Amino acid sequence: MIHSLFLINCSGDIFLEKHWKSVVSQSVCDYFFEAQEKAADVENVPPVISTPHHYLISIYRDKLFFVSVIQTEVPPLFVIEFLHRVADTFQDYFGECSEAAIKDNVVIVYELLEEMLDNGFPLATESNILKELIKPPTILRSVVNSITGSSNVGDTLPTGQLSNIPWRRAGVKYTNNEAYFDVVEEIDAIIDKSGSTVFAEIQGVIDACIKLSGMPDLSLSFMNPRLLDDVSFHPCVRFKRWESERVLSFIPPDGNFRLISYRVSSQNLVAIPVYVKHSISFKENSSCGRFDITIGPKQNMGKTVEGITVTVHMPKVVLNMNLTPTQGSYTFDPVTKVMTWDVGKITPQKLPSLKGLVNLQSGAPRPEENPSLNIQFKIQQLAISGLKVNRLDMYGEKYKPFKGVKYITKAGKFQVRT
Amino acid sequence: MTDSKYFTTTKKGEIFELKAELNSDKKEKKKEAVKKVIASMTVGKDVSALFPDVVNCMQTDNLELKKLVYLYLMNYAKSQPDMAIMAVNTFVKDCEDPNPLIRALAVRTMGCIRVDKITEYLCEPLRKCLKDEDPYVRKTAAVCVAKLHDINAQLVEDQGFLDTLKDLISDSNPMVVANAVAALSEIAESHPSSNLLDLNPQSINKLLTALNECTEWGQIFILDCLADYAPKDDREAQSICERVTPRLSHANSAVVLSAVKVLMKFMEMLSKDLDYYSTLLKKLAPPLVTLLSAEPELQYVALRNINLIVQKRPEILKHEMKVFFVKYNDPIYVKLEKLDIMIRLASQANIAQVLAELKEYATEVDVDFVRKAVRAIGRCAIKVEQSAERCVSTLLDLIQTKVSYVVQEAVVVIKDIFRKYPNKYESVIATLCENLDSLDEPEARAAMTWIVGEYAERIDNADELLEGFLEGFHDESTQVQLQLLTAIVKLFLKKPTETQGLVQQVLSLATQDSDNPDLRDRGYIYWRLLSTDPVAAKEVVLAEKPLISEETDLIEPTLLDELICYIGTLASVYHKPPSAFVEGGRGVVLKSLPPRTASSESTESPETTPAGVPTGEQPDAIPAQGDLLGDLLNLDLGPPASGPPLPASSVQMAAVDLLGGGLDSLIGGPNFAAPPAAAAPANVGAAMGSGLSDLFDLTSGVGTLSGSYVAPKAVWLPAMKAKGLEISGTFTRQVGSISMDLQLTNKALQVMTDFAIQFNRNSFGLAPAAPLQIHAPLSPNQTVEISLPLSTVGSVMKMEPLNNLQVAVKNNIDVFYFSTLYPLHILFVEDGKMDRQMFLATWKDIPSENEAQFQIRDCPLSADAASGRLQSSNIFTVARRNVEGQDMLYQSLKLTNGIWVLAELRVQPGNPSFTLSLKCRAPEVSRHVYQAYETILKN
Repeated sequence: MIHSLFLINCSGDIFLEKHWKSVVSQSVCDYFFEAQEKAADVENVPPVISTPHHYLISIYRDKLFFVSVIQTEVPPLFVIEFLHRVADTFQDYFGECSEAAIKDNVVIVYELLEEMLDNGFPLATESNILKELIKPPTILRSVVNSITGSSNVGDTLPTGQLSNIPWRRAGVKYTNNEAYFDVVEEIDAIIDKSGSTVFAEIQGVIDACIKLSGMPDLSLSFMNPRLLDDVSFHPCVRFKRWESERVLSFIPPDGNFRLISYRVSSQNLVAIPVYVKHSISFKENSSCGRFDITIGPKQNMGKTVEGITVTVHMPKVVLNMNLTPTQGSYTFDPVTKVMTWDVGKITPQKLPSLKGLVNLQSGAPRPEENPSLNIQFKIQQLAISGLKVNRLDMYGEKYKPFKGVKYITKAGKFQVRT
Repeated sequence: MTDSKYFTTTKKGEIFELKAELNSDKKEKKKEAVKKVIASMTVGKDVSALFPDVVNCMQTDNLELKKLVYLYLMNYAKSQPDMAIMAVNTFVKDCEDPNPLIRALAVRTMGCIRVDKITEYLCEPLRKCLKDEDPYVRKTAAVCVAKLHDINAQLVEDQGFLDTLKDLISDSNPMVVANAVAALSEIAESHPSSNLLDLNPQSINKLLTALNECTEWGQIFILDCLADYAPKDDREAQSICERVTPRLSHANSAVVLSAVKVLMKFMEMLSKDLDYYSTLLKKLAPPLVTLLSAEPELQYVALRNINLIVQKRPEILKHEMKVFFVKYNDPIYVKLEKLDIMIRLASQANIAQVLAELKEYATEVDVDFVRKAVRAIGRCAIKVEQSAERCVSTLLDLIQTKVSYVVQEAVVVIKDIFRKYPNKYESVIATLCENLDSLDEPEARAAMTWIVGEYAERIDNADELLEGFLEGFHDESTQVQLQLLTAIVKLFLKKPTETQGLVQQVLSLATQDSDNPDLRDRGYIYWRLLSTDPVAAKEVVLAEKPLISEETDLIEPTLLDELICYIGTLASVYHKPPSAFVEGGRGVVLKSLPPRTASSESTESPETTPAGVPTGEQPDAIPAQGDLLGDLLNLDLGPPASGPPLPASSVQMAAVDLLGGGLDSLIGGPNFAAPPAAAAPANVGAAMGSGLSDLFDLTSGVGTLSGSYVAPKAVWLPAMKAKGLEISGTFTRQVGSISMDLQLTNKALQVMTDFAIQFNRNSFGLAPAAPLQIHAPLSPNQTVEISLPLSTVGSVMKMEPLNNLQVAVKNNIDVFYFSTLYPLHILFVEDGKMDRQMFLATWKDIPSENEAQFQIRDCPLSADAASGRLQSSNIFTVARRNVEGQDMLYQSLKLTNGIWVLAELRVQPGNPSFTLSLKCRAPEVSRHVYQAYETILKN
């Protein structure tokens, strides 16, 4: 099982270590640093590293490395999932998962890690239960604590931990009972030079924010559940019910959680909301090139495409870029060679474009590769797959909750090759 | 107000200050001080000096303070064992606390204090907690047993905690079950032989029920445990699969992958015709694809596993090629894995898409990735024949880019394409030659040299090109030097007139100026070949090379099957069995896929153990090769000599022969980095092989009818131990001749040739009477049956047990050793019938201490039937007598080495038990004769 955890920041300092079994020396991280050096880019550090006596399994999240040490044969996915859960918990407790936040709350962090893992076995990883055991820090509470001397550690047994629905605590009470669902769809796509789609799929999730008193039993039905054939559920969802009736039936955890995630991959269902016209060329034997891109709306179901950002990793020989946008603003970082164009909204009357010259290192050979464009966008009030929630029913409680569904479509890994 | 202030106290006297604060009367101040101590501890500062002061804070009602002190204790108890004892009382008291949270916390913390003295005190509270009324305490205690086991395994066993833990598997609470399974699995890992998780259908049912209700982590433990279970038939396997399938929709990817493991393993038992089988296949694809939308680290592990799954069951993901397309901002480790899987999924149907993608990748920035993409194009050409042309033209396009590393990779893969499709694409050689100067990597240079040598007759200036390479001979890497040597010799054999100078130059460079023994040896061999017999040299050097196939980069089937059992584990990430990397000390249980058993069959034939081989006599590969070496050196591994024992001088011959094997391969083909070839003559071989085996089948069939009893074939040498060669066999005797019927199966990926067999000296001088004649190479998955005649004139050495036979089998891959036990009745000769008078005299003559008596139970034969059956195995009834209703059979037999054995067999009608008395001048054979009797009579 998981032996130890080291938190390492980008400059290579180990700023927190936790051992669940015997103490493992910090020097084990040297193997990690070695791999990090070899990988050049922080994102390219291999997640599983073997050392003479241990295995290091690491994740990279929010500019931090979570490096766990294991000694026996343990499913690596188990470790990686757990590490992400740790990062999620920090995010949940402190609002951000950063070195500063962790250092500011080191005692809570330690207590959390102690509760999450016992001798390497996961103990309590549900946010609902952890929050009962260890209260998250708030300004008010720390003030109250310092006056009254009370602590942020709960002194009762977390009730949910033992029931058949370990994700929900008992005795939840709200004055306003609300249930909100966000249907968020991300389009992952690769578009080739000529503008045709090489690959496209939709990664969708339904995130819920449920603040309901007591033990509500919810069922959520869809207008077109057939769309969902590849789904992963939160443990609260009754699988049998879904298999037979295609209805999501569940007793929800309290607060925010991801109800389901799904994937729609059949190509004809994935609409591509924008198109890009591009012409990027570097002249032979000259130290400049031309750069010209235009973005336009495609299948956007009559909604406005907004929040468009185009990011381009230019080749290394590019010194500078001299461009004029018809809309929005652009920046070019000469160190990382990343050009970012913040476009904003598309208005069909006047399509946004960005044109100009690229300065290259003189004498350097013409770059071989053409850069890919990475595009971000957002469409409010639309689930691009066409998924629609039909109704939400509540059983088991008497009150009438407020209900709401919000749809949004975003670009996921949306790349245009040039 | 944040905790970061705890990090800022770095001034001198810090410890002293903290000490004062810890001993303060004010609760608040105490707590703050403990917090500061913990903060220092987390950054690795040594605050162990404060141990007594912190422990003093332990007896408190404040839960947070208690927890903090516990945290501290866990970290430092080891360095202060004597002090830690002070804390024991509080622990014991806390284990009795009315609040289950405190009870659990206490037992949890105690388990983490790795001090022997403390663990003794832990036993009683732990025992109580294991039976606590609160499941939260029970589940915590279950893990505590694993902790304790880690510290003191003996103590856990003595105290009977393991049994209590096993009982917890039937607990009513699913979390307790899950934790008990997790703890038992961990303990079992350090005791591979102990059968801790003794699973039966009832406990499986409990686990499956708990599976639905426990936490995600518990589900992982339970699924991993289920994967080790062997269902008794396909029906049970299917019902487990049905109950595991819903886990594929879990949000936790580790749960999904563990479920995939269970399904992949149990699917093996299902018949492919079942509707359920194809449903299951369909259900497996979406969750695997979904894993790829997770974080990159998860993707990586998932991809490594998908790589295995795709090799085992390509049908699952054959339509999902596109999800493996690479995005430019994927981390490099994800890109490389995706690429690998793309090639595995490439087929005629999707090759156009794949090639277009690969070409795109070949213009990316990342050098490693580009190289691999270029290689991938070559692999596609080799895998999908129809696409070869397109691949070659794509590679030529890439060569035109003149990017150095792209060109070099392209040259390397084009060499492989030439080896797969000879005489098809040689037109591109000209283009390759143009780029000769840009090659600076050894592998590319070696590949180019090979191409020039191989096609020397088509390249007008081949001699100039090679001469160019030769100038810097000493600066080249060994790989290139070896290649250059071979290429120039080839060139010489093809165009002898104009290249004599060149070949002499390279031979002298290789033999005189080089320190590398490989190079020198190869040089000498060529030299000698060329000087003694140029025709032979031509035959050897320019021999037709076997084609390479795409299978060369697949994982060996036996290893793949093993790895499938380890889906989701580290083994699956490394693609190595755990035995290859798990640290010594902890043994590893070998896992294997379950065989396909239909429920109906298994109920009808409960006994499948080979009847002829009593248990305990299972042949095993000889474990210690070291002590055998002396004997085996005596063995001639070439064609075995028939006839009298080998003269002493054969030792030297053997040595030469051993070397010969190595040299063959050295001369035969270029020593390429490309994996060894396979498949060319496979079809021919298969046809011939099966024809031969038919013939042999016939003979062995006759043998069973007229000769002595033949035991069914048993596996003598498992494929795992012999690099893919599996040997099973049995011994027969018919009409005076003994033979060894062998069945050789090639479970490796490469063709096996050059078989030879030799026996170690043995008790009865058994030796092969003819060489092992396997005429055609044995291609992968092919089986050949062969009957090896044996003589008994080999050299004799007494073995223990007497009928032990140690065998060495050689093929082109290696030499393998195994030992087997032969049934003694193959040595019973036909003229073993003794005269009555003689029998009586001999019986009296042999001292009575040489008499041995045995019982043959459960043998319902009549005296006549027994006599008849024994006779056909050359045990002759000399006389027969009826005493008080019992049949007494007096029998004689003679062994090949002239030893007589006399027997008295007492048969009582109605009693299935026979009594056998044996008399022999060499009493050590008696036991084996008895075994022969038993074998013959019972079959």
